[in-house]
Amino acid sequence: MISARSADQVFVALDHWIVGHVPAPFQTLASIVIAVAMIIVVFAALFALTTVFERKGLGRMQNRYGPNRVGPWGTFQPLADAVKSLTKEDVVPHRADHVVHYLAPLVLVGVVFLSYAVLPVGRNMIAVDLDTGVLYFFAVGAATELAVFMAGWSSHNKYSLLGAMRAIAQMISYEIPLILSSVAVIMIAGTLSTVKIVEEQARYTAGIAHWNVITPWGLAGFILFMIAATAETNRSPFDLPEGESEIIAGYFIEYSGFKFALFFLAEYIEMFAVSGLAITLFLGGWSSPVSFLAWIPSWLWFFGKLLAMIFGFIWVRGTMPRLRMDQLMNFAWKFMLPMTLIVILSAGIWRFLSPAVVGPRPLGGVIRWLVCALVIFAPYILLARKLERGHSMEKRTYRFAE
Amino acid sequence: MGMTVSFLILAILTLAGGVAAMTLRRLVHCALALAVSFAGLAALYVNLGAEFAGLAQLLVYVGAIAILIVFAILLTHSSETELQKVFSPAGIAGALLALAVFAVLAWAVVSSGAAHSAASVAAPQTSMREIGFALMQRYVLPLEVIALMLTAAMIGAVILAVRPTSGSEPAETQAPRNPELRA
Repeated sequence: MISARSADQVFVALDHWIVGHVPAPFQTLASIVIAVAMIIVVFAALFALTTVFERKGLGRMQNRYGPNRVGPWGTFQPLADAVKSLTKEDVVPHRADHVVHYLAPLVLVGVVFLSYAVLPVGRNMIAVDLDTGVLYFFAVGAATELAVFMAGWSSHNKYSLLGAMRAIAQMISYEIPLILSSVAVIMIAGTLSTVKIVEEQARYTAGIAHWNVITPWGLAGFILFMIAATAETNRSPFDLPEGESEIIAGYFIEYSGFKFALFFLAEYIEMFAVSGLAITLFLGGWSSPVSFLAWIPSWLWFFGKLLAMIFGFIWVRGTMPRLRMDQLMNFAWKFMLPMTLIVILSAGIWRFLSPAVVGPRPLGGVIRWLVCALVIFAPYILLARKLERGHSMEKRTYRFAE
Repeated sequence: MGMTVSFLILAILTLAGGVAAMTLRRLVHCALALAVSFAGLAALYVNLGAEFAGLAQLLVYVGAIAILIVFAILLTHSSETELQKVFSPAGIAGALLALAVFAVLAWAVVSSGAAHSAASVAAPQTSMREIGFALMQRYVLPLEVIALMLTAAMIGAVILAVRPTSGSEPAETQAPRNPELRA
């Protein structure tokens, strides 16, 4: 048990050990530098890993090999990509707004990395334990829209401006369901602190953890959160802002070389961050799902869940076609928004149907679960019926494609 | 000491953003500089221990209002302003207005008494929890009134934006459909 405990806290102990060897006046500075450096190094490395993971996975789903030239099974591909993007010529359009064009990728990457400050990646492993953690996450994320606009506007290209407009419209629309679906978790936990939200879920009843995702409102909220997160990070099927076949690459069309790589990096880092928040809010953060697996170090749980989420994103990208702009907006405002409000209502009912109201544990718990599930499911059926009206759902036939 | 250094950096950033917003010639640059100023102000709030106010400022001003300003500039096709003399009538009127606003704010700060005691009294640490309780209990009526007003404003904006169509059919059926895709 002692060894499991020390494996869990090995990075915390290492951090304390290094800080302890620094002269006293610089100890605060040293711990800040270590935390920031760890976040940048670990998640940038995960980005490199994910690019090859994604290309391999997509290749498998599309019955082709994927990268297989550099290193064994193409695993050194990220290194080759990095060297390529560093040595490429940095082309800036003559009519571009040079200062804003230069600043846009830097602002985007900087802002995206800021949101990791409040993600607990393990027990006692968080850069800043803010009282307002979840709010901080969303507030910092709000600045990405401005960076996207800077990139699209400064390039002086109609495609980039169109891409930026699409991206901002999409991000603003899906930010509302994203925030509202996390409100349910905040209501139940009674705190905005990410550390406390995870601790709340790391309790066990009969060996099973109190993850929010096993409650009806948590499950529905998790699904809505992930849909909104996919749209927020411009991933397929919501990748209209950078649709290659229509507007080439969207807002970063006029970027080349390392600046393009920075946009690429920011996009993936944002995806990891929002997945990390989903894990924190719904999937119990660093806690294990069942108590007898609690000996596995907490940071392994977090990164295992993160990799599973990344695989989910890749799977969706390999499966779903891209949405049309009007479908995207209708879906956000007519389906996502009402559903998130219903989830909040269901979470409220869950809060008040305590064991004192519905009776003791096994039976009372089942009643509570069913009532809250009904509160979500019945409006869902009604809403879906209403939105389906006027749409024919029969199989489409195509004149030129069969 | 640390407090004053961070305050100085943030104050310079905020003021530089404000000055740039007034002096730059392209309107989009002005809007971006204004966003820097908003962000600096938010960081100042956090620096003073008002985390919630700072983050709300960031969320609302940088996330929403700056975007709104930028879009308004883009859609009105006037991204270049004409050079004006400093001592034009508009400039003098603006300076007078700015002075009046500054005088009112300065009077409010000086007469509130906070200016005399702030140096000695530590800032009260209000937790997120207390703000939540205050919003949901003491100030629940103003909160609901604001919510109602915002909803009314949103519905009004939608009504203004919806084009008057001939029929009463819903919007989806009018979305352009490619007839080639149909059988």
